[in-house]
Amino acid sequence: MATQYAGGTTGHRIEAPTGLALLIYRLKEALSTPKPYLMGFGVFLWLFTYWLLCEGLKLDRFDKIPGPVAIAKEWFSYEPFQGISFFTAEYYDHILASCRRIAIAFAIATGVGVPLGLFMGWSDKIRQYIFPILETLRPIPPLAWVPLAILMFPGFEAPVIFLATLASLFVTTLNTMLGVQSIDEEYFRAAGCLGSSKWDIFKNVVVPGALPYIFTGLQISIGVAWFSLVAAEMVSGDLGLGYLIVDAYMNNVTVPMVIGMITLGFVGWFTSVIVRVIGNRLMQWQVKELALQGR
Amino acid sequence: MHCKVAEFTAHAGYQQVKTLMNMTPPLRDERATMNTSTTQRGALSIRNVTKIYDPEGVNVMAVDNCSMEIAAGEVCMIVGPSGCGKTTLLNAIAGFHSITHGEIFLDDALLCGPSKPKAEQAAERMVVFQHGALFPWKTLAENVAYGPTVQKTLRKKQALEKARDMLSESGLGNVVDKYPGEVSSGMARRAEIVRALINDPKVLLLDEPYRAMDALTKSIMHESLLETYDRTKVTIFFITHDLEEAIFLGDKVHVVTTRPCQLKKTVSVDIPRPRSYETQSSEQFRLLMDEVNEAVHEEAIKAFQAGEREMA
Ligand SMILES: Nc1ncnc2c1ncn2[C@@H]1O[C@H](COP(=O)(O)OP(=O)(O)O)[C@@H](O)[C@H]1O
Ligand SMILES: [Mg+2]
Repeated sequence: MATQYAGGTTGHRIEAPTGLALLIYRLKEALSTPKPYLMGFGVFLWLFTYWLLCEGLKLDRFDKIPGPVAIAKEWFSYEPFQGISFFTAEYYDHILASCRRIAIAFAIATGVGVPLGLFMGWSDKIRQYIFPILETLRPIPPLAWVPLAILMFPGFEAPVIFLATLASLFVTTLNTMLGVQSIDEEYFRAAGCLGSSKWDIFKNVVVPGALPYIFTGLQISIGVAWFSLVAAEMVSGDLGLGYLIVDAYMNNVTVPMVIGMITLGFVGWFTSVIVRVIGNRLMQWQVKELALQGR
Repeated sequence: MHCKVAEFTAHAGYQQVKTLMNMTPPLRDERATMNTSTTQRGALSIRNVTKIYDPEGVNVMAVDNCSMEIAAGEVCMIVGPSGCGKTTLLNAIAGFHSITHGEIFLDDALLCGPSKPKAEQAAERMVVFQHGALFPWKTLAENVAYGPTVQKTLRKKQALEKARDMLSESGLGNVVDKYPGEVSSGMARRAEIVRALINDPKVLLLDEPYRAMDALTKSIMHESLLETYDRTKVTIFFITHDLEEAIFLGDKVHVVTTRPCQLKKTVSVDIPRPRSYETQSSEQFRLLMDEVNEAVHEEAIKAFQAGEREMA
């Protein structure tokens, strides 16, 4: 009786494009808005200003800074004057060293922080045990940990990884905890009615309900991990992008310094995109919901 | 002041009953035993239930000595002004919170009472929430399959199959694999009722489920609920403040007073089933409307003067 109302056949529907057709469609859509042109123009404007300051007008105080042309020349040169370019193995050693440390630090921070945050959000008791200590340790800037880290861990590698882990651990834990606390009480009630055990509720309500917050947290956390990693590498290190920057500065070669900075920007951006993509993969329900709202 | 005293006596009474219960075997109620003889199930008996909230030492008496009998397989509509304690009553039946005094029976089993202030949550009493509580991270089919899966009455695969079948039966066949956020609120609510029914509950508890819907969607939801009821004959405990809805759907309309909640008047709706939308324009319907309206209006005025804040 009521079935006839249900969203049955409501006329013809045009098939949504998929695969390559979808890509072309999206590209066309994008090019028909002013957005890409504005972005291109913006980038150009920034670069031009940079060039003007350092190379065009050679303003006072800017003349020591390498301009875009000098950097591009060095970066793409087979035999760079200052030692670092796309074609030197050393460049990749630095990038790899930093990325490896980030991967380890981020994995530890996530592996510890997410479960910790989940349990803290879920159980008042666990939260009361851990929260005060966490809140006291959290405001201590990563750099303040440097001496302790060097004392605690042997070698170059361990202290650096420790520092990167620490900062992102706090962010991940807190965001995860907030995520659990943000879950609407009614989902717990519904799960209870449906006959869930505690463990069922944890798996089916607590974890997925907290995911949006967890991934927001992870995005911030990976940024924070880079931040403290580079700081740590600058203080104590033998390799890595942070080390490359100070080392270049100490040796008075300015181009590798800037190359290191720009590389950091790109690598950091890339890692945060990876986190976002994984998040969207795991939260299809949210992606689809937001898409319907035109976001 | 008044509340403080009431709370005190209620508490004292509670203590007394508690000691009594410990000494003598609990008394069986005649009504409850009567029910076991019939095959129908899902008779709710609410006896002298009192609920006092105690936020920060301020006593709020939400339900005061409220008694109600709901027969097995009955559609029972609870009508009352906002903030009068209807949700509180429903939450007590569902086992979301404790009661201060009184007892609630389902068939002849004690849900909550002096010896057990808070009922256990169980699939025999399924709640459909006002704002909808389908898990947004599960598809409609996964949502519906959830109950049998966690109760281990079905394997996950079979549960999913059954969920798909039941959703299709309710006209949701082509959205089974969509997430709740992707379908209309009407569809989501209907799926939520399916999620409740797959567990074969004794009672369906609905708390203003169609409150936020427009009149057209509402009428579709009503017909769909009636059709579901005619099929399953599950006992329905339905909270609303829409009088037309109450009379159109219900066998009995219980009008409750403004806070604290008590039963004010019960109106029996003798319109035969199956009902269709035309019934709403009949003379009988209009007379019932008047009868209910009179009782509710009085309470609405009292509630308005008390400045009761509406809560979800
Ligand atoms: N958790 C609570 N703590 C204190 N007071 C509450 C709580 N929940 C509800 N109340 C109060 O109890 C009364 C009844 O609430 P409720 O049962 O939600 O009313 P209804 O569902 O009939 O609108 C209201 O005055 C409300 O403010
Ligand atoms: Mg309510």
